[in-house]
Amino acid sequence: MSNGARNGMVLEGLRKTGATGIFFFRLLAACGPALARPRLIIAQIYNAGARSLIIIMLSGLFTGMVLGLQGYDLLQRFGSEEALGIAAALSLLKELGPVLTALLFAGRAGTALTSEIGLMKATDQLTAMEVMAVDPMRYVAAPRFLGGLIAMPLLAAIFDIIGLFGAQLVGVQLMGVDRGTFWSQMQGAVGLHDVFEGIVKSLVFGAVLSLIAVNEGYQSEPTAEGVGLATTRTVVASSVLTLLLDYVLTAAFMQ
Amino acid sequence: MIGSPIQTASAAPADDAVVDVRDVHYAVDGRPIFAGLNIRVRRGLITAVMGPSGTGKTTLLRLVTGQLLADRGQVSVFGRDIASLSGSEVYAARRRMGMLFQNGALLTDATVFENVAFPVREHTNLPESLVRMLVLTKLEAVGLRGAAELMPAELSGGMARRVALARAIVMDPEVLLYDEPFVGLDPISLGVILRLIKHMNQALGITSVVVSHDVQELATIADQSYLLSGGSVVASGTPKELAGSDSATVRQFMTGSEEGPVRFHYPAPDYASQLLGVEEG
Repeated sequence: MSNGARNGMVLEGLRKTGATGIFFFRLLAACGPALARPRLIIAQIYNAGARSLIIIMLSGLFTGMVLGLQGYDLLQRFGSEEALGIAAALSLLKELGPVLTALLFAGRAGTALTSEIGLMKATDQLTAMEVMAVDPMRYVAAPRFLGGLIAMPLLAAIFDIIGLFGAQLVGVQLMGVDRGTFWSQMQGAVGLHDVFEGIVKSLVFGAVLSLIAVNEGYQSEPTAEGVGLATTRTVVASSVLTLLLDYVLTAAFMQ
Repeated sequence: MIGSPIQTASAAPADDAVVDVRDVHYAVDGRPIFAGLNIRVRRGLITAVMGPSGTGKTTLLRLVTGQLLADRGQVSVFGRDIASLSGSEVYAARRRMGMLFQNGALLTDATVFENVAFPVREHTNLPESLVRMLVLTKLEAVGLRGAAELMPAELSGGMARRVALARAIVMDPEVLLYDEPFVGLDPISLGVILRLIKHMNQALGITSVVVSHDVQELATIADQSYLLSGGSVVASGTPKELAGSDSATVRQFMTGSEEGPVRFHYPAPDYASQLLGVEEG
């Protein structure tokens, strides 16, 4: 790659980062007025949250069941299979719940947000709002951002609960770990700070992924191809950033 | 500007100009769209802006609504330079305008009724019974009261444009901007839209700006016409004056001829030698 091309790529990257930053501040400014219209936000919590429930619950169940199997296999080698409850709860609350929910959210709700806003742009709906003296940042972008931000921790919590049920199903019912031990060990070892770590993570993922989805839709080329590309970029950027931020947040909580 | 007889109609007093575009220059990525554009829209009239595709007719509407700002020159709306207005003042000016988009630009997730009610709900706190009355009145005016509960996806192109028209007039604007209102319509829809534009102008006194390249249709309703080419106005006057013009550009456009100053062919190498070159290669 020539120096010119590399410089061009760096400049383009900086330009996009800057544009996203500016968009973020415009979005934050629009969130205040948007909060005065809870009806719009509730509709978006339904869109991003309730409509993702099935895949979140199914994924949570199977993740929990795999945790039950793998956890049991690992722990019984050390003769400590009664710790399965702790292992499953900590993995789910701190890592798998927030991270897998975020990845599923990016694929289900993030893409829907990007393509919806992109199509609104391509069919002049956003321009029409501007001409009707309605700020689309306030009417379209901010409610979707807030909806995603609120839906993410709720979805992660549901993922965690179903996941624990799955782990219990396999560990206790199938593998024969004692039910009382499973739950009491969990109760004794899992602290509020573990739950807090999961909530913080899913709030951060909710903010970042909703921002990416809304921004990509808003900045997309107003053509069929442009909207398709923007949707792909949403999934790629969301997935990579989720895993990167997960590491950063985990390290921060270890301090 | 060409021939003097054509320009007489634009010699109106400055204070009745609702939209005044003066010596506007505008370029996209270094490519000039407008170079010294002058257009005056007078109160209570239907002003037609015509020109071949790609002459920036839609860009002109975006300059008037303040979505784009001119590189040089001045766009005045309701007597004030739109570039000098604050964000809220631009929004206040837009509330006095309505715009009809080429494809309707209806909100796809709302019914016809909710689409027309949208600006009312956003800008007023009217009770629901009044909103309903207002919306149904406007839908009746465009003949679609019966379609109130349909979704935009269930409408034909002509119907969608009429719903968009009802939405554009629901706040009783002083100025209506029409972006290519005749494109892709069947003869009946086209006749209906034409009559509606005339009706809005005559019955409600709405100043109208119609951007289009459908010369014949515009000639039947316009009070004043501007013909754009190459980034500026090449002719202006009443449709009759334009039809009688002896300018080659105007005649080419009015008669739809391939031959004339406006080139139909995109610049290309010599036809014969390119064909032969391909055969040899």
